[in-house]
Amino acid sequence: MLAKRIIPCLDVKEGRVVKGVNFVDLKDAGDPVALAAFYDKEGADELVFLDITASSDKRYIMFEVVKKVAETIYIPFTVGGGINDLETIREIIANGADKVSINTAAVRDPSLITRGAEKFGSQCVVVAIDAKRKGDKVNRGSGEWEVFTHGGRTATGMDAVAWAKKAEQLGAGEILLTSMDRDGTKIGYDIELTRSIKEAVKIPVIASGGAGALEHIYEAFVDGKADAALLASLLHYRELTIREIKDHLGTKGITVRR
Amino acid sequence: MSIAIIDYGAGNLRSVEKAVQKLGFSAEITRDKSAIRGARGIILPGVGSFDPAIAELRSLGLESVIEEAIISGKPFLGICLGMQHLFESSEEGKLAGLGIIKGKVVRFALDKNPELSVPHMGWNRLLVKRRSPILAGIDDGSMVYFAHTYHVRPKDDIIISTTTDYGYDFASSVWKDNLFGIQFHPEKSGEVGLAILNNFGGLCK
Repeated sequence: MLAKRIIPCLDVKEGRVVKGVNFVDLKDAGDPVALAAFYDKEGADELVFLDITASSDKRYIMFEVVKKVAETIYIPFTVGGGINDLETIREIIANGADKVSINTAAVRDPSLITRGAEKFGSQCVVVAIDAKRKGDKVNRGSGEWEVFTHGGRTATGMDAVAWAKKAEQLGAGEILLTSMDRDGTKIGYDIELTRSIKEAVKIPVIASGGAGALEHIYEAFVDGKADAALLASLLHYRELTIREIKDHLGTKGITVRR
Repeated sequence: MSIAIIDYGAGNLRSVEKAVQKLGFSAEITRDKSAIRGARGIILPGVGSFDPAIAELRSLGLESVIEEAIISGKPFLGICLGMQHLFESSEEGKLAGLGIIKGKVVRFALDKNPELSVPHMGWNRLLVKRRSPILAGIDDGSMVYFAHTYHVRPKDDIIISTTTDYGYDFASSVWKDNLFGIQFHPEKSGEVGLAILNNFGGLCK
């Protein structure tokens, strides 16, 4: 049985981890390489680095981070954030990352998914979707979600389920699905969203946004049918550890890597 | 040079090189025929899709070098697509494989398991059928990292070294004399993967 994956996500700006990390047991909690090593040791199945460096002429800093991470840990990792051409994908993969995650650029030019998949293989191309539930908060359960880009600032009018299907057809190897409604709330993943996307595609879906307790992660896997769960502040602030999460899931009969 | 990592285009070769070097072996990413001929062991990595990669391998003139190396008895490790290329054909492409191992590469047939995602991506167990030298010290049931849509189906079952369960048991590694093929990525499989690479490096004397 394939194990359900637990994936810590680190936000990196100009080579430094910028938010949400509060470790007392690390000498330098801003060093992405040290944090990668820490989470690897903790039992992370994979890592995601989100490069939030605003200026594209400072992108080379991320390439250096990727290189050092690849020399330090021997588990898969993904790099996302502002990637908008094949050359950047090539650079990131060549420096040792396993996958790139593309979001805004994929919406703007869906052929980038295909070109990336043809050149580097589908398994390299993760399409990140930021989805927001349509309708007002009172009338929840419209069962429809809209895709947003530019870090959630720009509405696209696109339906999230339809976009996920299209991304799969174009060659995406995985969907990183973030619920904008749930992100940061700690009230649980948007299970309905996760399941809706998962049932529409064959490729793996990583659930993101809203985890606040062990039970939420269990629900994402069992009810949401997610293949992996992305976690940020919950892990960074040590509210939960990867070991605790995996022990909990294991006890409840879910296959995890321990 | 002790281990040659064959460079034939796109893909994450650096991680393989770094893992092997971390274990204390000398290794070099190369497409130079004489360097490959002079190596004590060869790794054929591979990420990407079947046809472009095998076409590149052929246009670099590396097909015969690979065949020679395997016949000479040198330790040879094919990883992921690098293993798939050693077979006769693949459902992923139209071009012929190297045909060094009889059998073909097929897409996961998961009609009976619609809940299973394709690609098969993530950590899954190795079930040891025949313990090859590179699996020395590896516990039966150890988890390693996979990322693939196609898997090998050898004509001769006896070469299957491990299987892995994904809807059904598929061949996740093969072994024939000095030739090792693994579907998973040892360079991305944590301690287990490093132990396997260490075993392979130890054979390259």
